[in-house]
Amino acid sequence: MTGPLLSVRGLTRTYGARIGCADVSFDLYPGEVLGIVGESGSGKSTLLSCLAGHQRPDAGAVLFRTAAGLTDTVTMAEPDRRRLARTDWAFVHQNPRDGLRMGVSAGGNVGERLMATGARHYGAIRDRATDWMGRVEIAADRIDDRPSAFSGGMQQRLQIARNLVTGPRLVFMDEPTGGLDVSVQARLLDLIRGLVRDLGLSVIIVTHDLAVVRLLAHRLMVMKSGRVVEAGLTDQVLDDPQHAYTQLLVSSILQV
Amino acid sequence: MTDQAYNFAYLDEQTKRMIRRAILKAVAVPGYQVPFASREMPMPYGWGTGGVQVTAACLVPEDVLKVIDQGADDTTNAVSIRKFFRRVSGVAVTEATTEATVIQTRHRIPETPLHAGQILVYQVPIPEPLRFLEPRETETRKMHALEEYGLMQVKLYEDIARHGTIATSYAYPVAVEGRYVMDPSPIPKFDNPKLSDSPALQLFGAGRESRIYALPPHTQVVSLDFDDHPFQPTKAAHDCDLCGAATSYLDEVITDDAGGRMFVCSDTDFCGGRRAVGHTGRLGTREAPNPTRGEGASPPPRGEGPGVGGHAGQRAEVVK
Repeated sequence: MTGPLLSVRGLTRTYGARIGCADVSFDLYPGEVLGIVGESGSGKSTLLSCLAGHQRPDAGAVLFRTAAGLTDTVTMAEPDRRRLARTDWAFVHQNPRDGLRMGVSAGGNVGERLMATGARHYGAIRDRATDWMGRVEIAADRIDDRPSAFSGGMQQRLQIARNLVTGPRLVFMDEPTGGLDVSVQARLLDLIRGLVRDLGLSVIIVTHDLAVVRLLAHRLMVMKSGRVVEAGLTDQVLDDPQHAYTQLLVSSILQV
Repeated sequence: MTDQAYNFAYLDEQTKRMIRRAILKAVAVPGYQVPFASREMPMPYGWGTGGVQVTAACLVPEDVLKVIDQGADDTTNAVSIRKFFRRVSGVAVTEATTEATVIQTRHRIPETPLHAGQILVYQVPIPEPLRFLEPRETETRKMHALEEYGLMQVKLYEDIARHGTIATSYAYPVAVEGRYVMDPSPIPKFDNPKLSDSPALQLFGAGRESRIYALPPHTQVVSLDFDDHPFQPTKAAHDCDLCGAATSYLDEVITDDAGGRMFVCSDTDFCGGRRAVGHTGRLGTREAPNPTRGEGASPPPRGEGPGVGGHAGQRAEVVK
């Protein structure tokens, strides 16, 4: 495929007089992982929720490549946008409780997107759910347990399985490793990296953890006060930061 | 006799007009929940305030009203609502399904097939079928609007995952004319097939939730299921112990503290009617000596039918 999968132009979202994010533009190509880093309140999450259609931007365009070519998802009709959100897109929340249905079994959680896209064969749905539980390293015999019986890391992996089961092309991740201890983080990152490579996913990952983007992201955008202050290849930005804020960010990492 | 202190059928004419407008809209969009300005009624929520308002808006002086509660004409809820309407509207009341023009029901559809011209009014506690999976009203409305019903399937999936079959036995979700998913009120799923293609008009009123929805006559109603777990209406695997009916929905009645029990039609009018023409079940006799030893009961003389209201009386005798 030629051309970008997602093309963002002049995206702006304000909260009254305050800026959420301002004038953000970038292209994301198929199979590419884009990291967005910045401190708390820098507009990372606002940007992500505008891209995923959870919030309506005040200005700008979010062009996504559909069968009909690049289509602006901001002006798109809501049914179409919601259809995209449950087929071509996936959204992994920082807190798995936001992305999972805690009262529904793990299998039901994974199967929900299948059923939402028309699957009506219980056996087939269960087989797909079992398969995906295996891919995210959750034992198959936990399929009928509720997510509340899972550990934090398992919940996050379950959320990933639930999102990827319909084979999305674009995955939004909001601090996927937040709140997990480092060894669990490492396994989760390993898993995400494997899935991204195997499935050829395009990913936009928002995090404040530079180690996460170092591992996962091909390209990096650094945000401060709602604006992108620096963008480029991950290694280039992290090893040779140009903007003063990026330099501060990179030098703030604790060395063990 | 009409109580002159009240307008005909209790509600004032403007309120009835408002409810009728909601009903018309509901009939025009089968399965869609129409909001209406539900009124306080002289009974607690949960006793059928929605159904009572719909009935009040539908009643005309020539109507013959039947009220059933869990299939029975003689239980508290049914008796109270029937008395209420007799007092405030003066319409004729009946227990016979075939004679009634308006039937207000709680949790059952009569066994006797309905005919054209009849109105069946359901009392609905929670009109939103998606409610227990999606608590946000804004979200469920959007899901209805955009026809996103995957979540309803998740509920059935959970049933099969946990119980091996679709264990939902009442308020079983249905799809109306291939469009709206609807909660048929807590009728047993045994009754679901009767919703479809019924010659009668079916109206659903939820008082606390302020919603009215409807199935016009001959509307196609399909119970949701999975390809490999098809919908199956269920009933207790017995015959009625009073009238011997094998195809009616049954109530289980505990008769003593030693494991004695009997199964009787939940539809009292249907059961009474069958017994009036001579059908008899295992315990359906006035002389039943001991219900716990029911097997030994001598069969009653053929053709012996109960008198007026005999069903309840006989049931009481047998249970004693």
